Amino acid sequence: MNGLEQFGQDPWWIIAIKVLLVFVVCVVLTLFNIWWERKVVARMQHRIGPNRHGPFGLLQSLADGVKLALKEDLTPEKADKIVFITAPILACVPAFVTFSVIPFGPEVNFFGVQTPLQLTDMPVAVLFVMAIASIGIYGIVLGGWASGSTYSLLGGLRSSAQMISYEVSMGLALVTVFLMAGSLSTSQIVAAQEDWWFGALLLPSFLIYCISMVGETNRAPFDLPEAEGELVGGFHTEYSSLKFALFFLAEYINMATVSALATTLFLGGWRAPLGLGTVWAGANEGYWPVLWFFLKMFFFIWVFIWLRGTLPRLRYDQFMFLGWKVLLPASLAWIVVVAVIKMAAIEGGFSPNWILFGFGLAVTVVVVLGFLNRLPEKEAQVTKPTGGFPTPTLPQGGAVRGAAQPLVFGPPAVSTATNGVRILPSPEEAK
Amino acid sequence: MSFVILASVTVIAAMGLLFARKPVHAALSLAVVMVGLAMIYATLEAPFLFAVQIVVYTGAILMLFLFVIMLVGVDTSDTLKETIAGQKVLAVVLGVALGATLIAGVGQASIATMRGLASANEGGNVQRLADLLFSRYVIAFEATSALLITAAIGAMVLAHRERIDPKQSQTDLAQKRVADYAKSGKHLGPLPPPGTFARHNSNDTPALLPDGSQSTKSVPAILAGGNSNGSADEGQGE
Repeated sequence: MNGLEQFGQDPWWIIAIKVLLVFVVCVVLTLFNIWWERKVVARMQHRIGPNRHGPFGLLQSLADGVKLALKEDLTPEKADKIVFITAPILACVPAFVTFSVIPFGPEVNFFGVQTPLQLTDMPVAVLFVMAIASIGIYGIVLGGWASGSTYSLLGGLRSSAQMISYEVSMGLALVTVFLMAGSLSTSQIVAAQEDWWFGALLLPSFLIYCISMVGETNRAPFDLPEAEGELVGGFHTEYSSLKFALFFLAEYINMATVSALATTLFLGGWRAPLGLGTVWAGANEGYWPVLWFFLKMFFFIWVFIWLRGTLPRLRYDQFMFLGWKVLLPASLAWIVVVAVIKMAAIEGGFSPNWILFGFGLAVTVVVVLGFLNRLPEKEAQVTKPTGGFPTPTLPQGGAVRGAAQPLVFGPPAVSTATNGVRILPSPEEAK
Repeated sequence: MSFVILASVTVIAAMGLLFARKPVHAALSLAVVMVGLAMIYATLEAPFLFAVQIVVYTGAILMLFLFVIMLVGVDTSDTLKETIAGQKVLAVVLGVALGATLIAGVGQASIATMRGLASANEGGNVQRLADLLFSRYVIAFEATSALLITAAIGAMVLAHRERIDPKQSQTDLAQKRVADYAKSGKHLGPLPPPGTFARHNSNDTPALLPDGSQSTKSVPAILAGGNSNGSADEGQGE
């Protein structure tokens, strides 16, 4: 009927094994990602990272998890008990559920049964992921509210505003994928990427999705809901022990989910990368695709870690500006472009692929160049210290450079030293 | 079977919506009702409606409800005071009337097996819906979206305020702070933190200055209470 006949035919024990596998993959991925993140960030900061428990410190997150679970479980006096307990569960369960529609591979021989390496699929699989993710937001919002603490409430409010805003641009970035694939089911979208990955065909959509997936998962540089400098820990300030562990688990599974979704929708899912399938026919058969899938997914997770290791946190208004005034109009305009090109291709009977690729590349290059030109940072001209005293080198023209205006408070108040550094008067002199 | 489970969960949640004392609990019950309805759509082979019901109602509309309710605070309960005169009586009368109409209507309908589902979903549920929405019902669809956009713009116009004085940028604020320092000697940086790490772990322990005296600015005015170290008037309120 619509290419989904291969799903829903499995015997019950195959389904049970698949459910168990999805669960185990999620949990193991979380443990691995925590270790990997700590290791990579440590390398970026010239440290070694965890190296005590197990080979390369791989069992560190397991040890941390056990320790976390054995900690005292505190419930604040002012908390709303029922909601306080429900919230971490509400955050965690949807995170697992979304993984059920992710295709890990093609149809394989699975314990003697021919079945696709995917728990299930439906005509609206990607919409289903969005729907379940929106239930996951409830966990965070309610956790923040039920704690009965101002920090938590602010964190919860920020989080819901952030996730709703970025869900909009995320959804709009996906619309072009639906347009090109002609389907909302994940397995069909992977099938539609046999020749062209949508990441190349729809480059602007891919970039918008990548930015909004960082916002959607509350990760740095968009981790404002748990901005520790402002909100202590945000929505999970009052949580401890297993309840906190559930929030932590949910965050890492969500990271894996959006990465898996990005892989599926834009990087050809389980298909072998870089045209390997044309050279070696076996690359897209059997269990090999699982390897390609996880390689691509770990690439995204590595980008997540890289961003966290290098970028400072955005201010909230800048963050909202980016979401509503940059990403949203950009996705809308790009949808119109894709729709027009696709319609013209259907009417004219030609292939839209190269046109779309060229157009998307041009738009992206222009936007990136625009960003680069706005950077005020230029090579600083440094004056060498003149005297024998070891003073630090100063940029030419004074300590202030770049776009900052010179500070002037009237002639008597400021005296300019010879090397251009302004010396402010002491309070007594000013009086 | 699945209908029995879903229906009972939905009905229980609906009862919770009616009887919950806290508005947040009521909103949560409503969320369960919405998800229950979505599940029922899924079992009735309307997968698109299932996803849209959750995305739109649970994810967007109810979240906005929660947003407003949450700002009221944790321990606010509904007041039992009637704000509209005769509201209870009117509610009972209208409720009974609605119930009677529904029972009369449903009681007269005969419920047989579903017909036409296969032809309605031919070629895929999503595809058929898209066909209908963008051909036969396109006027109604566009009119609805125009109405929604008008409402959104109306809300923005009502909430919009013109800025009278220019907005102060970070540069302006920094210059103002330095100018204040030049004029009155007011400290440029943040206030000193409390001396919590020395011997006590309480926020109201004042920090010690290099000469051993207590820093009056290190304790928030609201904690100092203006009693011992006199920081109430020059604490963090500035």
